[in-house]
Amino acid sequence: MPLVQEPDPMLPRRYRVRRAWAELAGVASMDLSPVDGAAVAFRPGQFNMLYVFGVGEIAISISGNPAEPERLIHTTRSVGAVSAALTGLREGEMLGVRGPFGSAWPVAAETGRHIVFVAGGLGLAPLRPAIYHVLEHRDQYAGMTLVYGARSPDELLYADEIKAWKSRFDTEVEVTVDHARPSWTGRVGVVTTSLDHALAGIDSAGISAFLCGPEIMMRFSAMSLADAGVAPDRVWVSLERNMKCAIGFCGHCQFGPDFVCRDGPVFRHDHVARLLSMKEI
Amino acid sequence: MRIHGLEDILAEHPVFCAFDKATLEFLAGCARNEHFRAGERIFAEGDPAEKVFLLRQGDVAVEIATPERSPIIVETLHAGDVLGWAWMVPPYRHMSDARALSEVRAVSLGATCTRAKCDENPVLGYQMFQHLLPHMAARVRVLRLQLLDMYGPKEG
Repeated sequence: MPLVQEPDPMLPRRYRVRRAWAELAGVASMDLSPVDGAAVAFRPGQFNMLYVFGVGEIAISISGNPAEPERLIHTTRSVGAVSAALTGLREGEMLGVRGPFGSAWPVAAETGRHIVFVAGGLGLAPLRPAIYHVLEHRDQYAGMTLVYGARSPDELLYADEIKAWKSRFDTEVEVTVDHARPSWTGRVGVVTTSLDHALAGIDSAGISAFLCGPEIMMRFSAMSLADAGVAPDRVWVSLERNMKCAIGFCGHCQFGPDFVCRDGPVFRHDHVARLLSMKEI
Repeated sequence: MRIHGLEDILAEHPVFCAFDKATLEFLAGCARNEHFRAGERIFAEGDPAEKVFLLRQGDVAVEIATPERSPIIVETLHAGDVLGWAWMVPPYRHMSDARALSEVRAVSLGATCTRAKCDENPVLGYQMFQHLLPHMAARVRVLRLQLLDMYGPKEG
């Protein structure tokens, strides 16, 4: 299938829901196909502006496989009017898509290194394209570790896929939840504890880390990585702000000197660390 | 063939690996090997805190019972962790349940015996404080993060 670039960034293209399914309570995924023209290539970590006709438009990370752009997948949690409408869309319904926008996880540039993914809650969705990339080119990387934390076992995103990744002999997967009932036999605790445990067995000089989740989780995880000796310029985070135009014009997502939509959402951690710890910005 | 004494086993644990041989031999007088099968209760809420467990193998769930519901696991502990700190703080009573999630091997230190040795040898008492406090502080930091409910719905 030929791939083309989006010609006008402000003009939504029509897409149809090929399939929609529930992931968790209040969280759904959709597989979209373009109504006109070819699929649009994207890089891991980029986002689209999804427009529910008559309701509104919001930024949602692409959570599918960049090697299969014809299956455009987004995972959305219902928290407001637009996201509720998005999670309510059914097979065959149409929506508008602008994008892809923003910076990407630099996984392709980090070959030869041990890739550590740290995800919290729904933060696994924007990381999943990068995980797919590393798994598909696994022989080009020294190692891969995923540390994933969620609120409870019922709120683990992509649970079947995590199980499959865990069963691979060439990846390390640590899953932890904040609290659980006795039927859970996995770890209970926060991501940073599991991260410290995972880092203990890896040469920190060879680590490149990609973090996505609540900002406080990323802040503490970045501290754990620094304490373990991971170089500050080898840690990336994905930020979430109120994105409207998605091309750095409107200023809604301004974050210090940057616009999250244009300069992010993926930033090198040392570039934004000071701003992340500011009480108000 | 050399038989490993409890002081050797203590020396392998991350908390005690920095202690000198003489101190470990002194402490080993309070130590014993422990083994729990998967599912076995290690201690229960309200029990006198008679031991501290240095986990060598296996996973332990620290649970709090909730009325009319199944207990909630608030944390899990693993090889290299320390299970139980109530033995250090009056009234020396456990405030949670501990259950083996898998086969667990540990070394325990008797609480009364260890406290007596610390009283007898304040340098040892200070060393214990220096090496156990970071573990307790780490656990408090974890609980603070759990209290934040980071993955819960955002306000506003």
